[in-house]
Amino acid sequence: MSTEITNILLVGVGGQGILLASEILSETCMLAGYDVKKSEIHGMSQRGGSVVSHVRYGTKVFSPIVPEGEGDILFGFELMETCRSLSLLKPGGSVIANDLRIPPPSVLMGQESYPEGLANSINNRFSDFLLVDGQKLATEAGNPRAANTVLLGAVSKRLAIAEEFWLAALQKMVPAKALEINFKAFMLGRGLE
Amino acid sequence: MKEILSGNEAIARGAYEAGCIVACAYPGTPSTEILENTLDYKEINSSWAPNEKVALEVGIGASFGGGRALVAMKHVGVNVAADPLFTLSYTGVNGGLVLVSADDPEMHSSQNEQDNRNYAKFAKIPMLEPSDSQECKEFTRLAFELSEQFDTPVMLRTTTRISHSKSIVELGERVADLPTPKLVKNAAKQVMLPGNARVRHPLVEKRCSALAEQGASMAINCLELRETTIGIITSGVCYQYVREVLPTASTLKLGMVYPLPHALIREFAASVDRLFVVEELDPFIEEQVKAMGIAVVGKEIISLCGELTPERLSAAFSGIGIATVETQTLKQGNAGMPSLPQRPPNMCPGCPHRGVFHTLNQLKAYVSGDIGCYTLGFMPPLSAMDTCVCMGASIGMATGVTKVVSVEEQKKVVAVIGDSTFLHTGVNGLMDLVYNQSPATVIILDNRITAMTGRQDNPASGFTLMNDPTHCVDLPLLCTALGVKHVRTINPFDLEQTRTVIQEEMNRPEPSVIITDKPCILVKREGVFQKGPLLAVNDENCTGCRACLKIGCPAIEWCPGEGKKGKAYINPQLCTGCDVCRQLCKFDAIGRAK
Repeated sequence: MSTEITNILLVGVGGQGILLASEILSETCMLAGYDVKKSEIHGMSQRGGSVVSHVRYGTKVFSPIVPEGEGDILFGFELMETCRSLSLLKPGGSVIANDLRIPPPSVLMGQESYPEGLANSINNRFSDFLLVDGQKLATEAGNPRAANTVLLGAVSKRLAIAEEFWLAALQKMVPAKALEINFKAFMLGRGLE
Repeated sequence: MKEILSGNEAIARGAYEAGCIVACAYPGTPSTEILENTLDYKEINSSWAPNEKVALEVGIGASFGGGRALVAMKHVGVNVAADPLFTLSYTGVNGGLVLVSADDPEMHSSQNEQDNRNYAKFAKIPMLEPSDSQECKEFTRLAFELSEQFDTPVMLRTTTRISHSKSIVELGERVADLPTPKLVKNAAKQVMLPGNARVRHPLVEKRCSALAEQGASMAINCLELRETTIGIITSGVCYQYVREVLPTASTLKLGMVYPLPHALIREFAASVDRLFVVEELDPFIEEQVKAMGIAVVGKEIISLCGELTPERLSAAFSGIGIATVETQTLKQGNAGMPSLPQRPPNMCPGCPHRGVFHTLNQLKAYVSGDIGCYTLGFMPPLSAMDTCVCMGASIGMATGVTKVVSVEEQKKVVAVIGDSTFLHTGVNGLMDLVYNQSPATVIILDNRITAMTGRQDNPASGFTLMNDPTHCVDLPLLCTALGVKHVRTINPFDLEQTRTVIQEEMNRPEPSVIITDKPCILVKREGVFQKGPLLAVNDENCTGCRACLKIGCPAIEWCPGEGKKGKAYINPQLCTGCDVCRQLCKFDAIGRAK
């Protein structure tokens, strides 16, 4: 659809902090002067189900949901959920995924196993695929819980929005006492190649 | 100043700016956050009501007293509030009254996808439908003004994609100089006995005509001419999809979807070659346009079921040979990917409902279910819920089923209902169960909170929405007062007690109520939820029998590679020490973590 719109999908498991990350992202877009819309389904998000959040920005955004096959960036908080949403991406889209596996109920109960080789499958289809050990880098920054911010940093590298807007959004949305660690985590992610 | 707000946040902001002083609701997805946000404005008295009917009645009272009031609910909540709503249409208002109906096409979190635009027509009440957050705010303000100008309640209809989407909103100031509320007696308008109501009804009809006429000049009904080969009448989020997929088509964007601005529709129809209506669910606009004698295409190409998306809309128009801005054709699909296990929602680790449903499964009960987190008790491996229809239905339905089955089967019938749902509309069901002496057993899962919608307080939680301490309904005493002779309280983490008591009460051929007394693990208020000692699996004792997996706890993980048959593992980051799994292990393989 409109080439002037950038479409980002944030996917993972309820409780992983996807909504906060998508809010920081949206805030950044607004601060940078863009029109922005974001959409996701709440309700089941606290019960460990799959969560997909859509963020779109550009000069003028109409639909709050990303049309299937139009995603520019897939920002995955969990590996299997990243794979589940690949079809939302356009050909040549980017995948930034946290190297994290959270077993769903059927795997916990031993009825199915967590699929192997997911990273390879993504790699075979998307040349711009970055698998990030978010937790490790966040620990480096000072707190393993800042993994989402590391990934956000990696996503930021692929968007034409100046660094100052990202930092301003973090400053606005992250509690003051966690800010320094989150700045560090963000820059670590932003520095990834 | 600009902020990114969800539709719900923007409605709360709109109410604030409109000078609203009372907001009342019962939580329900996707409407819940409206009241959680009016809470931020200290000028608004915000409260949870036990159900939507009471919420609307609180709003009516505030309006009659001269204050501006906002009432919010999910679409099915309007069914509960329908009784006052229809007569409110006759009385009209004093202070402006706005009822928000948050509909849920696609049933993301609902039991049906009824189209509440029909209520506006049915009750003869104007309905506004915003298409983004900015409009949520503006239309809420306008709704209060129209309410007072036309002496009518006004409905504001959103859908999930409006309620839960965020977009940029320009904030405004709160209106000042509204009249001070005071008691005004006006029986002719507010006492709806037949003599008075007969006078009011023609006024309602006149009001509808006047609104339809004024609708033609309202700025929220917006005629946008582009290319005139195709014209589309639409509203709400569908307008956004139309602009995305058919950017050159002319549009008539209706901000007021009832009553329709007939003159404007005629003008638009005359300006375009082919006329379409794009709307989710029912052919609500389409049928009215057809009744005006205007040829229009709608549900011939757009489904009556589910929500619309840009790709569904694109497919609908491409299907009749109309070019759309197509999504890129090379769909990635999931070709070449391994099949992925589903990830359905699950009860939390330490959820007090788990042991009860495990027990009901073991006892092969016929479980008349209700609406809340515990509806997940339907899913494997607990698989212990046989019905779920609407809020509070479990008890009445249990009474009904015991009227038709054999005495032996009557013993199997158990109604299961949460504390909030019981106080919503379950109490009357229990009154009937006692009054008509059904032998069914009722289990009230009292977890001290309205959990499913995100931990809202209720009359049995001891606190108000504004976080003030208040009276806490004494559930055992309430049941006793209704005439239940056997009211027993159990600890749902004690499986033996749970099983014994449920079994005894199922066998008892008279009304009985069992109340579980452990809180939801998500209750944040200090001292309510307390973790037990952390549990761990002793690898030497674990035989791989999988008994502990039968409760579907997210903290217990099967490790197929361990031991001869595989072993269980307890994730220390998730375990709350509820102790239920330990009681299921026959080999003493689960104990306190060292």
